[in-house]
Order: sequence, then structure tokens, then C-alpha cells
Amino acid sequence: MSPRDLLRVGAVGLRARPSRALLSALGIAIGIATMVAVIGISASSRADLIRQLDSLGTGLLTVTPGQTVRGEQASLPRTAVAMAGQIGPVRGAAATAQLEARIYRSDLIPPERTGGVSVQAATQRLLDTLQGTGAWFSPATSRYPTVVLGAVAAQRLGARGGDQVWVGERWFTVLGVLDPLPLAPEIDRSALVGWPAAAEHLGFDGHPTTVYVRADPESVTDVAAVLPRTVNPEHPEETTVARPSDALAARAAAAGALTNLLLGLGGVALLVGGVGIANTMVVSVLERRREIGLRRALGATRTDIRLQFLTESLLLSALGGLAGLALGALVTTGYALGHGFPPTLDAWAPAGAVAATLLVGVTAGIYPAARAARLSPTVALSAP
Amino acid sequence: MSGTVHPDPAPPPRPRRLPALGDGPVAELAGVTKTYPGGVEALRGVDLRIEADEAVAVVGPSGSGKSTLLHLLGTLDLPSSGTVRIAGHDVARLPDRRLAALRATTIGFVFQHFHLTPGTSALDNVADGLLYAKTPPDERRRRAALALERVGLAHRLGHRPHQLSGGEQQRVAVARAVVGEPALLLADEPTGNLDSASGAEVLRVLSAVAATLVIITHDADLAAVLPRRVRMRDGRIVEEETS
Repeated sequence: MSPRDLLRVGAVGLRARPSRALLSALGIAIGIATMVAVIGISASSRADLIRQLDSLGTGLLTVTPGQTVRGEQASLPRTAVAMAGQIGPVRGAAATAQLEARIYRSDLIPPERTGGVSVQAATQRLLDTLQGTGAWFSPATSRYPTVVLGAVAAQRLGARGGDQVWVGERWFTVLGVLDPLPLAPEIDRSALVGWPAAAEHLGFDGHPTTVYVRADPESVTDVAAVLPRTVNPEHPEETTVARPSDALAARAAAAGALTNLLLGLGGVALLVGGVGIANTMVVSVLERRREIGLRRALGATRTDIRLQFLTESLLLSALGGLAGLALGALVTTGYALGHGFPPTLDAWAPAGAVAATLLVGVTAGIYPAARAARLSPTVALSAP
Repeated sequence: MSGTVHPDPAPPPRPRRLPALGDGPVAELAGVTKTYPGGVEALRGVDLRIEADEAVAVVGPSGSGKSTLLHLLGTLDLPSSGTVRIAGHDVARLPDRRLAALRATTIGFVFQHFHLTPGTSALDNVADGLLYAKTPPDERRRRAALALERVGLAHRLGHRPHQLSGGEQQRVAVARAVVGEPALLLADEPTGNLDSASGAEVLRVLSAVAATLVIITHDADLAAVLPRRVRMRDGRIVEEETS
């Protein structure tokens, strides 16, 4: 039989009982939709992370003191920032220093309720180096008792520009609030005080606790290699260099971990859908014994009958597969747009869905088709 | 519906053709027995020779083995012993593919219950008679239209089975059986579900369009119309008459 005839003959059963065909295709549709949506959503969120990474850049490095050989907390030399700035491909260097002082919304709050906001001294170029936006010190205000609040810190304190906050043992004026810094979340949770002001009002000793270095993206690895010796020539082994964008990249890579579990779940749904199709086909073969007998009398070979029912099974599962693909794409697009992700579906996902559909269709059809082909052709002649 | 009393145009003259193989009989049974699993002996030694262009009625009570005989003539079943030759081919020696080809090209069937595909036009029902004979779709429909014309249903091509009377449905089934111009047309109680007027019309059409015709029936009046009658009882041929 020509493919066209085969398709027409294979569709006979679906046309005769459309509601049954729809219901048995539904199982496949759910399975495929689940798998496509899982793949699509994780691809979209990964695309979003990569887009973030691209816009944030990968040139930022942090230097923090590690531990001394005797296991004590090391510290960075006062000259660290200046030294880091001397490296050729470095575009900017800045530092923060963790202060002992605590910040409170007012002097009436009990000392133990710090609200999880730390107080840090910041060098003038910090905002520049982090490529952040928001309120910042001028060289003048960095000498006065003023603070700039990180986005999270401002929320926790409930303070805005112009408010007074209680830092250490005196009132500081809030200059303003920084926008969130995805590559330096520790700044988001801090209240920043100008470097000179910290020395003057809060007894700061001038040793930085984190040095931020912005390097040319293509020479980041080289810069990272020389940073310990440059920043702390006496004890390069006591410094730790990190690349904050690595964390984002790792999250992008890890976006697949949960996906596999959900993908398995979709696979189970697909399997159940396949069993549903096989079941429908077995019933269909039982009901259509006379049609099969008639076709045999008209000259159909066993192979013709087998192919007819395999085609029917394939059509059923293809119907479900296409519906599932459309549904999955729709869910992906909806979810991605709802979360501000770019909707992304790799080409292999639809291709895989189609392949899985065909595989399920053939597998589900093999047994019913074999039963139909084995049926004796004399049944068509016997009375109904 | 008034289709059964409608004066249909006379079918075109009955085509004559040569049997598929030489001048031998269209069907030949020699010492044929058929025992079904469970021990039921449906045929107990049947010898029967059907020449080209014959019209034969097989009559007998239920259980006499006439249905089994039809199955064997139609190559839908194989004998337990003895030989069945259709157009010169020993059916026991043919693989499924060749048997199917024989049914597609050499044998036509008409059933008591018509077995038309519901929801499909008369034309497409008849065209399906050529589906397994490797005929291209356009050719199938062209020949189906001709076959429907021959059974007097040229005006019913687009009608679906439920829009046709019983007699018309059976004539569609006859058209489907002869669209491939089979050498042998087998009919199982073709008038069993029809009133006498449409039954007579179907019988007239059958004799007009079939090359070689074998009808199985209970109906003595119907059998009397055919020139040769084979009477069966208990799996044997007990009487033959020719008129």
C-alpha cells in the first residue's frame, strides 16, 4: 500500500471514534507537555542567568584574607588597594573593611538586635569598581558621619536618604540607598561608611577585609594569578582570590540538576500514556474483527493489517505528541515571560519529543497490531 | 426510501473473460475435509468442480458445511485434507501474501450483512475493493464509478450507507466485489437481509455482473433461479442438479 493509502486506512479507527482517540492521545500529550515544559523552563532560566552574566561581566575579582599558618585570621596590608591598582590590565580597585561598630535604626533599640546589617568602611572607588548604581559618597561626605545603605540593609532598617541612624555611639546621616549588586550581595546587606570617616569616628585601623578588582575580561586569569603576590607580598599564601561571576556560572550549569528529576516524571507520564494507547488499540482490534475480516477478504495481507494498526497507533501518539509539544511550548513561554526570562527551547527538545512520541506509538502498537494480523479472516463472513 | 422500486437502467451486458489460468476450472475441490479444533467435522470429503461462467447455488440446512465450503472457495481457510485449487493454484501451497493477492484479484465476496464502511460514500466503499490490488487511487475511483453504474447506482455515488436502502446497500457491496473483475464471485446469503423485491433485484444484478457466481443460501426459490444447484448435508454433497 502507498503511504497515502496507509495513512487513510490508519485513520479509519480514529475517525470512527474521535472522542476515544482524543482521550487516549491525552496521556501522551501530558507526558510530552511535561517534558517539553521542563526542558523549556530550565533552558529559559539558564538563558536568563547567562544574559545576566553577560551584562554584569566576568571581570570582577575579590581578594580576601585567608588564615595564617598558625590558623589565625590573617589581614590584608593597608597598601592592598593601591598595589592592586598597579597591575596593568586592572581597570579599577577598591576595598571594604568590616567594622566592629553596629548600626541601629535609633539609639533606643537594644544592642543585641543588629538586624543582620554589617557596617563596612568603603573606599571612594567602590561603586565604580563594582559598576553599581545608586547613592554614593562625594570625597567630602566620605569624611563626615554619613552612611550609604545597601539595598537589603535599607529594607531591614527601614531607612531612606535623609534619615538618621545610630552607628557605634553616635548618629549618622543616611546619604541614600544603593541599587542591588548581583555580583556583590554582601554589599547589599551592609551599611557603608566613608574610609576617612570610619578612621575618624569608628576607630578603623585601615586594613581592608575585601579588595575588589575589576580587570579586563580576557586577562582575568592572569590578574587573578598575580593578585596574591601584589596585594600581600609578604604573605601571598594568606590571601584568597575569587571570581564572583563563577557562582552565577555554576548556577547556570546546575540548572539541569532538578530538570532531570522532573524529566523522569514526564517520562513516566509518557509511559502511562503509551500503555493507554496500547489498551485502546487492543479494544479497537477486538471491536473491529469484522472490519479486519472484510479487509482480508478484499485481499489485505497480514502485513497490510499489521501496518494499518501500527499506523493507527502512531497517529494516536503523534496526535498526542503534537498537542503536548504545543502545550509545553505554551507553558514555557508563559512561565518565562512571567519571570522575565527570555523564552528558550533548544531545537533538540522538540526533536526529542517527536522521537519519543514515535517510539511510544510503535511500541504501543506492536502487540495489538500483531493480534489483528493473526485474526482468522473467516470472521467477516460469520453473522454479527 | 423508494430505491428498491425505482426502475433502474438495465446494467450493461455481462462481460466475458478468460479464466486466470488456461481453460481449466475456476475452482476445483478434490477429497476435501475440514475438521475444526475441537473435533467438529464440517466437511467430510467434498469433490466439486466449478467451470468459468457457471452460476452455482449451494443449498443446505445450517450446519451442513456450506459456509465452510465458501470459506475454502474464498481461500479464507485451508482444508484439513484434500486439495483446493482456485484458478489453478493449490491454495495450501501459497504463502499469505500470494493468497491475499488471489483474493484481491481473482475472488470477490458479497456478505449477508453488506459490511460497508459507515460514514464513507458508496464510491469510496467500492473503491476500497481495489485498495489491496495495487491500483492507484484515481484509477480506483474511476473504476468504482463504472462498477456502481453496472449495478444501477450511478445516481448514488456520493451517498453514505445509512442514506441507502438495504437493497441499494447490497448492490454497493456487489459493486465492491466485482470492481476488480474477479473470476469468481462468492455470495453468502446475499438476499438474507432483504425483502423479496430488493432480493430479486440484487440477484438479477449478481447474475448480470459476475463472471462465475457461487451463492450460498437457505432459500430454495433463490436457488431455483440458478442453473446449477448443489445440495449439502452433514459435510457432504448429497445431490446435484442442473437445469
